[in-house]
Amino acid sequence: MEGTTVLGRLTWQPADVIGMVAETSRAKTIAFDVPGWAGHRAGQHVDVRLTAEDGYQAERSYSIASPPDGTRVELTVVRIADGEVSPYLTDDLQSGDRIELRGPIGGYFVWEPPLGGPLLLIAGGSGVAPLMAMIRLRAAAGSDVNTRLLLSSRGWDDIIYREELERLNGNGLTVVHTLTTSQPPGWQGYTRRVDADMLAEVGPGPAERPLVYVCGPTPFVEAAAEALVHLGHVPGAVKTERFGPTGS
Amino acid sequence: MDELMLDGNAVAGMLGQVFTAEMTTATMTCGNCGMAGAVGAMRVFRGAGIVMRCPHCDNVVAKIVEADTRIWMNFGGMQALEITL
Amino acid sequence: MPPIISRGFRGRREDAPAGRVPPGQYVTRDFPVLSAGPTPHTQLERWDFTIDGEVDEPRRWTWDEFRALPAEDVTTDIHCVTKWSKLDTRWQGVRLDTLLQGIETSAEYTVAYSDGGYTTNVPLGDLTGGKAWVAFSYDGEPLDPQHGGPARMLVPHLYFWKSAKWVRGLRLTVADEPGFWEVNGYHDYGDPWREQRYWGD
Repeated sequence: MEGTTVLGRLTWQPADVIGMVAETSRAKTIAFDVPGWAGHRAGQHVDVRLTAEDGYQAERSYSIASPPDGTRVELTVVRIADGEVSPYLTDDLQSGDRIELRGPIGGYFVWEPPLGGPLLLIAGGSGVAPLMAMIRLRAAAGSDVNTRLLLSSRGWDDIIYREELERLNGNGLTVVHTLTTSQPPGWQGYTRRVDADMLAEVGPGPAERPLVYVCGPTPFVEAAAEALVHLGHVPGAVKTERFGPTGS
Repeated sequence: MDELMLDGNAVAGMLGQVFTAEMTTATMTCGNCGMAGAVGAMRVFRGAGIVMRCPHCDNVVAKIVEADTRIWMNFGGMQALEITL
Repeated sequence: MPPIISRGFRGRREDAPAGRVPPGQYVTRDFPVLSAGPTPHTQLERWDFTIDGEVDEPRRWTWDEFRALPAEDVTTDIHCVTKWSKLDTRWQGVRLDTLLQGIETSAEYTVAYSDGGYTTNVPLGDLTGGKAWVAFSYDGEPLDPQHGGPARMLVPHLYFWKSAKWVRGLRLTVADEPGFWEVNGYHDYGDPWREQRYWGD
């Protein structure tokens, strides 16, 4: 099924909450069962629509964090303090609730094993979600393609999927963290924003012709993409997905 | 660089209501500067409606307005839109 | 298929005094930033405002000349076609009546044009009689570039896409010339109280 287009126009469909897991103090992964879900590709997203009783509606886009798995779709939502949608999803939704979503969406920002590698995945905060779908798909497929994940987070406790990434580290996957606001005692890793020097050290370099995926808030993506081009990466090999200013 | 700016991925769901083909991988050729790129890489701004701009020259390549049961699309700023069937 | 109601979802909106809010609108305390393009940052030394088109002679003001004109405080509600309304917003601006004073024209329409290329059309009669301003201050502060500074149109009786941000001039026209959004689905006139959002409304 790789490379095939999703046929048929996208429409809103019901999704039932079947589970929730707190990832960090602000991030929660919500698992949905979506009747009739035809599957998705790693990197795709869904649009979520909420409707109040008087008809008021709000829509947001969330990357699918889970690899293809029947009718199961997992979204990781970061709670924005004064947000309109995220606090509802993280605080109010319960198992058994039903919301609407539309998707899967996107063919530009996707990866699957036949595309090969090496892979350079760069994430700012919640931008790690679609890249995690790729990493989980890679693991499920038994791929050992050379993969580097450079993940920028505020602090140690803000790293989404931290323990799972530690477990998956190895077998061709290297996870590098940069903690930009606070670091645990004894931290030897990066403490600054992603820049060209960091990318050059983390690699792979342009000569290895990696597939590069960058995801996160718009300023993060802009800075990383510029640094990559500055290092000599071909712009066409760098795929970006911008989440806007708040990353949601 | 405007931190409010998004990219073509942000409107893929809206376009998916109309087009059966995957639109973020469609290739847009700018009618102003001639550069070509994936729709997913276009700059997207949310005003009263959606504005898509060429990432090379900022030319408005598409405008999209969505009402409840109608959608208006203008691709006049593009020289061409190539969609893989 | 009617949308599925999300249990307990309310969204972040305020209650509105009865009769204060046009149909289909919701009240917000935020001031959402909507834009058709990147934020321009025009230096005041280079800024000017021009009235041209169907006039004997274009009239032009530098920033200093513009700020020397009589200005007034305006408190008004604003209504965006994307369904949010903001009540009692406070502005300072120069009335279009002041800018148009003494100009003779056969034009019945106008097109406001802005840095970045945005345009919007408004009948001339909707800009006069104290109904419209070129605003340079919001909420007691100089107008932020994200909200249209140094100066923007303020035409609060119409949907807010008619209040062009980063305005640099007004062209007086004999015929109605639909602007940036009016050519692509948004209503030519845009009265929120008659819910004139889109073509055919």
